[in-house]
Amino acid sequence: MSLPASAAGRVAFYDTSGNHHPGQGTLLGFWLYLMSDLLIFACLFAVHGVLGRSYAAGPTGAQLFDLQLVAINTAMLLASSITYGLAMIAMRQGRKPQVLMWLAITGCFGIAFVGLELYEFAHLIHLGATAQTSAFLSSFFTLVATHGLHVSFGILWLVTLMVQISQRGLTAENQRRVMCLSMFWHFLDVVWIGVFSFVYLLGVLP
Amino acid sequence: MSQTLDPAATATGHGHGHGHGHGHGHGHHDDGHDDISLRGYLIGLGLSVLLTAIPFWLVMQDVLSSSTATAIAVLVLGGVQVVVHMVYFLHMNTRSEGGWNMLALIFTAVMLVIILAGSMWVMHHLNTNMMPLHVSPLEMRNMP
Repeated sequence: MSLPASAAGRVAFYDTSGNHHPGQGTLLGFWLYLMSDLLIFACLFAVHGVLGRSYAAGPTGAQLFDLQLVAINTAMLLASSITYGLAMIAMRQGRKPQVLMWLAITGCFGIAFVGLELYEFAHLIHLGATAQTSAFLSSFFTLVATHGLHVSFGILWLVTLMVQISQRGLTAENQRRVMCLSMFWHFLDVVWIGVFSFVYLLGVLP
Repeated sequence: MSQTLDPAATATGHGHGHGHGHGHGHGHHDDGHDDISLRGYLIGLGLSVLLTAIPFWLVMQDVLSSSTATAIAVLVLGGVQVVVHMVYFLHMNTRSEGGWNMLALIFTAVMLVIILAGSMWVMHHLNTNMMPLHVSPLEMRNMP
């Protein structure tokens, strides 16, 4: 990375590859974290793929799932992805109030998503379809709740970031954090595509 | 690091000195700077809405009579939407981070396919070959 160069009896080191952007390293490292997270989800998807039809004489997906609710949930997460993108654009233009506004709207969509998911869980548990009922419901709750937990922590991070931006402004560090959370947030939307396709839509098919 | 830089070396280097008036932020978001645009997000939104609406419509209205065909259509459309999100929202391309992003993604995708397809393949065969054949729901309830 750095080569010694002797100039006038002194040894100087200089960067020959131009890698003095620590932000890039952070973004790559965060991407690697997301990929490892994706492997966790891959395992949970595999478990659900294996156990998803093991109803143990309990209720089936076709009986339990309310696809309209799932569609609304999907719309919430997609809308939050777009508003996060608008926050990124506002950040590029250096408009702090707009960034905070779009992040707040993103957070509201995220809270709506988690709220609807908790409502769905409460409804299922009220019907007696708990995680202990069958292997299908165990893997369902594990997979969907793991995703929901990710979104919840994303919201926590979002609120923290909004406080940091409002106090310190759009500094280089805060911009890097916004970009990391952007990857996290869009990643969760990608995982949700798998959830609604693989778990809900395929789950109600006969 | 910058203390060991002497002026001559800086001049022959890339000139990322302190007088490099790049605003604050030191340009740490060089890559992807021009990838992020309102147009990109709107294209992604339009495609995503379409690719979400079609599978929901297929399943909720029971358009295709065969559930195998519906399942394949849902999975294919889901796969396409994942690519749409990767391109328009996550701004993935082969150039970002010198290709390491894409390499990590491809590696993870290979692992994902092995885990998913392998588990389901093996467990399906175990299931069909080793499960007792005729078990009524009542017997199933009373199983240990």
